[in-house]
Amino acid sequence: MATVRPLGRIARLGSSICRNHRFFLNRSPQRRGIASCVDPAHGLTDEQREFQKVAFDFAANEMAPHMAEWDQKEIFPVETMRKAAQLGFGGIYVQPDVGGSGLSRLDTSVIFEALSTGCVSTTAYISIHNMCAWMIDTFGNTEQREKFCPELCSMEKFASYCLTEPGSGSDAASLLTTAQLKGDHYILNGSKAFISGGGDTDVYVVMCRTGGKGPKGISCLVVEKGTPGLNFGKKEKKMGWNSQPTRAVIFEDCAVPVTNRLGEEGQGFNIAMKGLNGGRINIASCSLGAAHASVQLARDHLLVRKQFGETLSNNQFLQFKLAEMATKLVASRLLVREAATALQENRPDAVSLCSMAKLFATDECFNICNQALQMHGGYGYLKDYAVQQFVRDIRVHQILEGTNEVMRMIISRNLLTESS
Amino acid sequence: MSGRVLVGVKRVIDYAVKIRVKPDNSSVVTDGVKHSMNPFCEIAVEEAVKMKEKKLIKEVVAVSCGPQQAQETIRTALAMGADRGIHVEVTGKDYETLGPLQISKIMAALAKKEEAQLIILGKQAIDDDCNQTGQMTAALLDWPQGTFASEVSLEGDKIKVVREVDGGLETIKINVPAVITADLRLNTPRYATLPNIMKAKKKKIANMKPADLGVDITSRLEVLRVDEPPQRQAGVKVETVEDLVSKLKEAGLV
Repeated sequence: MATVRPLGRIARLGSSICRNHRFFLNRSPQRRGIASCVDPAHGLTDEQREFQKVAFDFAANEMAPHMAEWDQKEIFPVETMRKAAQLGFGGIYVQPDVGGSGLSRLDTSVIFEALSTGCVSTTAYISIHNMCAWMIDTFGNTEQREKFCPELCSMEKFASYCLTEPGSGSDAASLLTTAQLKGDHYILNGSKAFISGGGDTDVYVVMCRTGGKGPKGISCLVVEKGTPGLNFGKKEKKMGWNSQPTRAVIFEDCAVPVTNRLGEEGQGFNIAMKGLNGGRINIASCSLGAAHASVQLARDHLLVRKQFGETLSNNQFLQFKLAEMATKLVASRLLVREAATALQENRPDAVSLCSMAKLFATDECFNICNQALQMHGGYGYLKDYAVQQFVRDIRVHQILEGTNEVMRMIISRNLLTESS
Repeated sequence: MSGRVLVGVKRVIDYAVKIRVKPDNSSVVTDGVKHSMNPFCEIAVEEAVKMKEKKLIKEVVAVSCGPQQAQETIRTALAMGADRGIHVEVTGKDYETLGPLQISKIMAALAKKEEAQLIILGKQAIDDDCNQTGQMTAALLDWPQGTFASEVSLEGDKIKVVREVDGGLETIKINVPAVITADLRLNTPRYATLPNIMKAKKKKIANMKPADLGVDITSRLEVLRVDEPPQRQAGVKVETVEDLVSKLKEAGLV
């Protein structure tokens, strides 16, 4: 077997390579020989490695080749996501009796991390969709679960999560969208901002005020597209996450049946926060995938690019920088996976750990991707190279699902209000 | 035709990995290196599973020979839809010298034991590129063979195989039982789905040793040396056609 340069090897195998129509680019980070110390398979069970392999294969074959196009043309890749759903990625931690895959939070984190190497933006949307499906699965009654979950798990229908408003982001509990009870319907009035998938999705999980001020007055309603009074704002132009549309969601005397309420009145904020714990792990996992791909890309570039008569990989500063990137990546990954395990087991430290994991991983992984871009020199700035898209796509992970500042609030509150 | 299909699956170094030769030139480095199922074996499994889905056959049995890690490869086949697995345990020095002749003896013994009607293999493995196991297995069993298959269809009690050969495409009809080896364009292997991966855990993998099948796996080959291909030499620029011709003559090429 020839030990030629990777491009030569892939060209040699080109005519006899496995999946006929799947063309592997020389620079595909998902497929190169995995550098051992950052291998995301370490510490996983055999079954988890199988899940991971499917996710990596799917990312490399179905997502990575299109990642740039989806970003530049702002395409919402419905068909690709439905293919992912066929493999079980539509409701990963939703229970099997309504079409989910019934896996653990750790399995989910591993899967999203792998998928993210193919396209962060699309994977992040898939994770939001999963969170909505889980909320209906966990807090819905039998009718609601049977009505919504199967179609969400197969991605026949897509979901959006509506909490943020123009006037309430970090201060989520101060939301103003009202839901007035009139007979057997709630009449919704208000608007939500920055809704991922808004306008293109079918099912909206909406937090609204049915009672008094503060968190206890908030309930959770499922609003279906096509309901009169449900409107959308213009599609936002974003720095990244361009494969998912973001719009304001506007309610004008929108009548929603009481039977669409998840849980009890006043339970909405609780549902939202529980959903976000998992959502934070998912977003952090997406950051991990981007950082992993970026480390691979940076490493490959250092081995190829020559300046001053030798490859960049001989430069001690860059060697040390790469080592730091790898260390922070593995540290982030361990924290995220521990948080996933804590959430799965319902441990008392789960909420704090999810916040810590989201804070640490999103910050560190952004720095890793940014550093990887720097290592590419001028090429890193070109859209021909994937690394800039990873940087642009994961920048927002430090902001949504609770800003990293709010994560600090959660953690410090846990430390400072401990009862003795 | 109904019945059982044996599919051989081999655990090889992943095709995307950069291969390194060991310093003692005895073989390539495999420790800590990513392995996966041979791509042509994936195509073989896919074909077998498709036949089962069309109800042309009843059971798909995935077979792999090697150390403990071969079970991972069998599990992948189970996750793709194979019904059960057979792991023929071969370790250490025996595993290093395991080659097509030994595998084909094992496959032949298993085919008789399992009363298989069809054996589907990949046309070759991407580590040794031997392209021998299918042919040898057919010879040992005295079964017909359809190698380099790019299309397989059942017609009554015969199998029609379209083969990709140097001259183009050759279509043959062979009797059952038979051996088929899968070429690249036979199909596109499916992804395992999450539910299938979980179901695969419950499927059985039987363990046995070559001796249990009465097979002698001593190798008749001895690998003397493994080397990287020579580095590509720099070329020489010439000014005129006469120079070119004289240089070619010097090198004894014309």
